[in-house]
Amino acid sequence: VSYQALAERLRDSTSPVRVVGGRTKISWGGARADSFEEISTSGLDQILEHNEGDLTAVLQAGVPLAKAQETFAQANQMLALDPPDLGGATIGGVVAAGDSGPLRHRYGAARDLVLGVTVALPDGTVARAGGKVIKNVAGYDLAKLFAGSFGTLGAIVELAVRLHPMRPTASAEGHGADPDTVAHAAHALAHSQLEAQALDIAWRGGRGGVLVRFAGVEAEPQAQAARQALEQAGLAASVMEDDDAAWEAQRAAQRGDLVVRVSAVQTQLADVLRMTEELEGGMVGRAALGICWVSLPVEAGAAGVERLRRELAPSACVVLDAPDEVRAALDPWHVPDGSPALELMRRTKARFDPNGVCSPGVFVGGI
Amino acid sequence: MNEGAFLGELEQAVGTDHLVTHPHAKRTYESDGLLQYAVTPRAVVLPDSAEQVQRVVRLCHENEIPWVARGAGSGLSGGAVPHEEGVLVVLSRMRRILEVDLDNQRVVVEPGVTNLAVSQAVGPTHFYPPDPSSQIVCSIGGNVAENSGGAHCFKYGFTTNYVTGLDVVLPDGSLVTLGGKELDMPGYDLLGAFIGSEGTLGVATRITLRVVPKPESVRTLVAFFDSLEEAGEVVSEIVAAGIVAGAMEIMDKLSIEAAEGAVHAGYPTDAGAALVIELDGFEHECETGFREVQEICERGGATSVRVAGDEAERELIWKTRKAAFAAMGRLSPNYYVQDSVVPRTRLSHVLHRIGELSEEHGLRVANVFHAGDGNLHPLVLFDASVEGEAERAEELAGLIVKACVDEGGSITGEHGVGIDKKRYMPAQFSEPDLAAFQKLRCAFDPGGLANPGKLMPTPRLCGEIPGVYRQHPLEAAGLAERM
Repeated sequence: VSYQALAERLRDSTSPVRVVGGRTKISWGGARADSFEEISTSGLDQILEHNEGDLTAVLQAGVPLAKAQETFAQANQMLALDPPDLGGATIGGVVAAGDSGPLRHRYGAARDLVLGVTVALPDGTVARAGGKVIKNVAGYDLAKLFAGSFGTLGAIVELAVRLHPMRPTASAEGHGADPDTVAHAAHALAHSQLEAQALDIAWRGGRGGVLVRFAGVEAEPQAQAARQALEQAGLAASVMEDDDAAWEAQRAAQRGDLVVRVSAVQTQLADVLRMTEELEGGMVGRAALGICWVSLPVEAGAAGVERLRRELAPSACVVLDAPDEVRAALDPWHVPDGSPALELMRRTKARFDPNGVCSPGVFVGGI
Repeated sequence: MNEGAFLGELEQAVGTDHLVTHPHAKRTYESDGLLQYAVTPRAVVLPDSAEQVQRVVRLCHENEIPWVARGAGSGLSGGAVPHEEGVLVVLSRMRRILEVDLDNQRVVVEPGVTNLAVSQAVGPTHFYPPDPSSQIVCSIGGNVAENSGGAHCFKYGFTTNYVTGLDVVLPDGSLVTLGGKELDMPGYDLLGAFIGSEGTLGVATRITLRVVPKPESVRTLVAFFDSLEEAGEVVSEIVAAGIVAGAMEIMDKLSIEAAEGAVHAGYPTDAGAALVIELDGFEHECETGFREVQEICERGGATSVRVAGDEAERELIWKTRKAAFAAMGRLSPNYYVQDSVVPRTRLSHVLHRIGELSEEHGLRVANVFHAGDGNLHPLVLFDASVEGEAERAEELAGLIVKACVDEGGSITGEHGVGIDKKRYMPAQFSEPDLAAFQKLRCAFDPGGLANPGKLMPTPRLCGEIPGVYRQHPLEAAGLAERM
């Protein structure tokens, strides 16, 4: 598929169209996938550039993230974007859904790593914004607008991204059974001068922990220092010999049968842990960023989600994975109707997709 | 509404003392940091609150009068140059730090607060990383408008990576809150789209920033080389070694000469290039990396290396680097400053090309740049009193920008497009790209009253969606046509 042909298909379509990548997050958002005509990005599978010396790359939207990482790893580099991958998640899909993983602590989200974007628009044109250099303020930052837009403004067809060097890593972990102690330990590390690559918090089954990873030639001494800090904060702590499995588990716990993403702040972490325990769920979170994924038992249902929202108000609690009946019983996006920001979003949608062809109903406020 | 009535309403909105209408007084605001552009506005207002900003903007909206927001006026793209028919909204009175929430690593400020004041408010434990050279005077509101960078953004990122929330007065006078202290708020990332929009989408009246713990250790050196190419090669090797420097800055021979004349740091004025490298972070990591950097410099042909032994010596290195711009006046009565970016690996090639262009035009070009991220600041030196030299300088500056874009770069890395670089926009963006930008613009500012004539290369209008055709005032006046 050429970018232009895709744009023209969007322009000429008289029924709703959804552009899909690996379909690993297809159930997210506000509408069911089967009401759309689907266009797959699977033909857009080329890594167009890997500029090792510049630590940048240009990828087509349908490139599987795992495949891109394999390519970058050969040069000892990585795209510092590590969301959970159920298998075949594409770079375009990850960016469009605004998904992220533990590396976000140090390197930011998709919005922070995308240097430029090429989009096929419902007016039949193909437009680019940004560029492929790591510093660029020319024009509006449409890459940020499209990151996390769930395909409702047009289709991302190509992305330029910033890469980072892969460095030797070492991790430390600490665990305990008191939510306040665990949250306090995470807070201590978030405010320490140790430069963590990832700093996570987790809770399940009456106990929780803090997991912190360092990267660099002196990663090990930093992990040792972190272990001491965790102990001082009251956790049982150790330096981990092999940390890959622990981090994989953190990523995996962002997906499940009923998962709510909570936009909290650091000082709310203890409350999120307590609520998780009360609702007999599990959680992982980025301790310094305040973003938490709370996994509820399916039986908790919409009532469980509503309770979480009440107790953690005013933090936004967005439903990601969920059974259809839960999704139907509440607004998965948790955006109050009538807010000025929502009105501005509607106006933005109307300018880019006036006929409502691109994934209508999937996004906030029925956009 | 007649002129008197309009000014009367403005006066009611901000108070008698904060409306400026006298021609001499208005001239204070005719330029920003780029002095070659000067326009006297219809009126200047200095509001003290978001409510006052709203009242002013609503008045402009109701009367179809353009307006321009201005922070400290230190911008280098003419982005805050007034509109002659319009109102200039100066935010310098809104300089309160509203909240320091260190527990959540957030600071909430008004737009007129200076960049440096944010770091001062959260020190000594934390700091605010984006550090434009003008940080003593430049305002956070201006930083948001321009998505400002600075020497340390190679490691730490730009303004856009540190703003988590904004209150914005939209061009219809309404107030909208985008983001907050939290991340990943549901909905479009309008916050990300607003940052760097150069005052064309609205004006931020309340800004929430993320701050981070201050690094444990900072090590700084300056290495001297015979040529720019050698210095550039060393930068590439440091990056290839996986070392993430806090900053890597190169000054060429002319810049060294100018800065040395101003600061007297004792730099060798016969050196072809000076490379400033700063590493920060965990002490062990920093020390190990710093030793490696010193070895790479020596292997790379450094004629001498000066390591800052204490904070005073570090400050001297940075003072010399940051003085390079202002000190150009010692070498030349006038200069054009550019802000182009190239992929780092194309630096030597582009520098060589700039040398050729400089020779062809018979004009000197000094270079100070952020080498880590390939952001060049070529300064085209000229004497405006010599006939034809200003035009030649402008042409040369344009060719330099084109050379950078041809290498896959950008026309601006941190200064913004403003008035100064809008003519180069078509070199980087196609018509469909610009049309897509305009869609965003129209969502925020359908009347085109916020900072018109900036950023986009040509005036554009917004159609109604959906709805009936209505002639736009600019169209009626023959000043613009519908695309």
